[in-house]
Amino acid sequence: MDALLALVIGVLTAAGVFLALRPRTFPVVLGLTFLSYAVNLFLFAMGRLAVGVPPIISEAAAGYTDPLPQALVLTAIVISFGMTAFVIVLALKARAELGNDHVDGLEHETDRHA
Amino acid sequence: MSFADHLTILPVLLPLAAGIGLLALRGAGIGVQRAASLLATLALVPLAIALFAATADGTHFVYRLGNWEAPFGIVLVADRLAAWMLLVTAAVAAFALLYAVNGTDHEGRHFHVLFQLQLFGLNGAFLTGDLFNLFVFFEILLLASYGLLLHGGGRLRVKAGLHFVVINLIGSTLFLFAVGTLYGATGTLNMADLAVRLAASPAGNTALVQSAALLLFVVFALKAALVPLYLWLPAAYGQTSAPVAALFAIMTKVGVYSILRVYSLFTGLGDGPLAGLLDAWLLPLALVTLALGVLGAAASSGLRQQTAYFVVVSVGTLLVALALGTPGALAAGLYYLPHSTFATAALFLLADSIARARGTLGDRFEPGPALPRAAWLGGLFFAVAVAVSGLPPLSGFLAKFMLLQAAVSTPHTSWVFAVVLIGGLIGVIVLARSGSLLFYRSQATEGAGPPPTLAALVPVAGLLALTMVLTIAAGPASEAAGDIASQLHAPRLYIDAVLGARP
Repeated sequence: MDALLALVIGVLTAAGVFLALRPRTFPVVLGLTFLSYAVNLFLFAMGRLAVGVPPIISEAAAGYTDPLPQALVLTAIVISFGMTAFVIVLALKARAELGNDHVDGLEHETDRHA
Repeated sequence: MSFADHLTILPVLLPLAAGIGLLALRGAGIGVQRAASLLATLALVPLAIALFAATADGTHFVYRLGNWEAPFGIVLVADRLAAWMLLVTAAVAAFALLYAVNGTDHEGRHFHVLFQLQLFGLNGAFLTGDLFNLFVFFEILLLASYGLLLHGGGRLRVKAGLHFVVINLIGSTLFLFAVGTLYGATGTLNMADLAVRLAASPAGNTALVQSAALLLFVVFALKAALVPLYLWLPAAYGQTSAPVAALFAIMTKVGVYSILRVYSLFTGLGDGPLAGLLDAWLLPLALVTLALGVLGAAASSGLRQQTAYFVVVSVGTLLVALALGTPGALAAGLYYLPHSTFATAALFLLADSIARARGTLGDRFEPGPALPRAAWLGGLFFAVAVAVSGLPPLSGFLAKFMLLQAAVSTPHTSWVFAVVLIGGLIGVIVLARSGSLLFYRSQATEGAGPPPTLAALVPVAGLLALTMVLTIAAGPASEAAGDIASQLHAPRLYIDAVLGARP
């Protein structure tokens, strides 16, 4: 499970970085979303992976899973959700104000083929 | 608990309450909103002064939220450095708002709400003693700053805003990766507890915590606009409205503050895997930042963009002081911090008045119409330029003098002297050229805009007066800065205050 989770985080991060470097605003927004997914999974994994144990110390259970990263992830999800909504609105506004969806607001020759 | 016990959290609660209250007042007309916003911002000044006076004897005020004990709950910590930053923030915010109520606040919606939330984020970031809480306050101040940056709209502003938002979102992601790694390695997020555990972290974790600490440094360097992560700043600060840019003069200092706070704790205990981690990086980066900032100012095509580059220069100078690391250099940096914030904020506000007076030409460096009230504008420009470039008799000169004096006894004397002095000289030349172009090389007599109102010039004069106060009170001010530096060099006091805090 550890290797699979590490792989997922790695792939999400790589996809996020690649998309964030694209010249159009839509892939950039998608890239930021992927990055926030990756970091949420990463934060979650920092509490160590455990299956079938309660998030509280109890005599009845064999062990416990750290509840703090779950609280951190919750905060991070809320923040990244708000930020994503904001950046989408901003991208739409930029599309309206600048007349195209290039992040620099310019239509380059090379971009037509990208 | 008495009032004094709650003093620590008031600078955080007041802007939050004011922001929410202003949201409820949005139908009440701009006059009421202005009065409420000004009142809330001005009330921060006595609060900051009270906190500054209370911490002056070296006490750490630890405020445990929800009365949870230190490593488990979130704490707010007010020490000399936090109070110093709060004081500077309150002063700059008051004058920026005083300028904004002349009409800038009416160009878009919810200016005052966002302004208060920005102050909420700033004050929280200065007071918090918890690393994840620092992230949350960063997000609050950033989200408010996105709204403020775009306030008023316009093509270039939206473009600069998009870049600013995207780069800061990536910065936030990196912050979370760093915080997550530190938590995974140490199991704590309280900064004092982190300092203890990092110093005692096992050898097998060295690479892990070092990479996390360096990742954190990248995030703070992005906020502080350190080379090579400063490229977003000139466009964002140069395009936004003047009072927002003036308030943003303190935002880069949040990055500097975070570097100072976090690394004085993480590396201050002397042993452990993080000792001396930044030593090899900080000084060269700071010197290059200073040099590139000056060159950017020289190449700027408009006064506001030039001012934005002077913000980069001030960050470079501050980080040179941090990198030298001796108590003397740190004291010089902490004395330079309010000066540079006031001076660049004043220049942003003045640049807006000049741009308005030049009519359609704006702040671009082209020969334009003769300015109305040129004597007033020119006189203020001269004084502000003296402050920004660090010439005598104002406090910038004293700060640089203290910095160079502190650099004499370090092994990097020649580099620091060369870059700071040559950078200062180029800064003087650049500002002299801008001034003579704006005020003397006027060709047409027509096309000038409306003359600046007195209400627009008062905030500039007020910020200038603050640098004069810093000059006249240079003795006590530099002594206070020295006290902060000595407190930062004894992180054990901070750790004991936080972890030893019991009801």
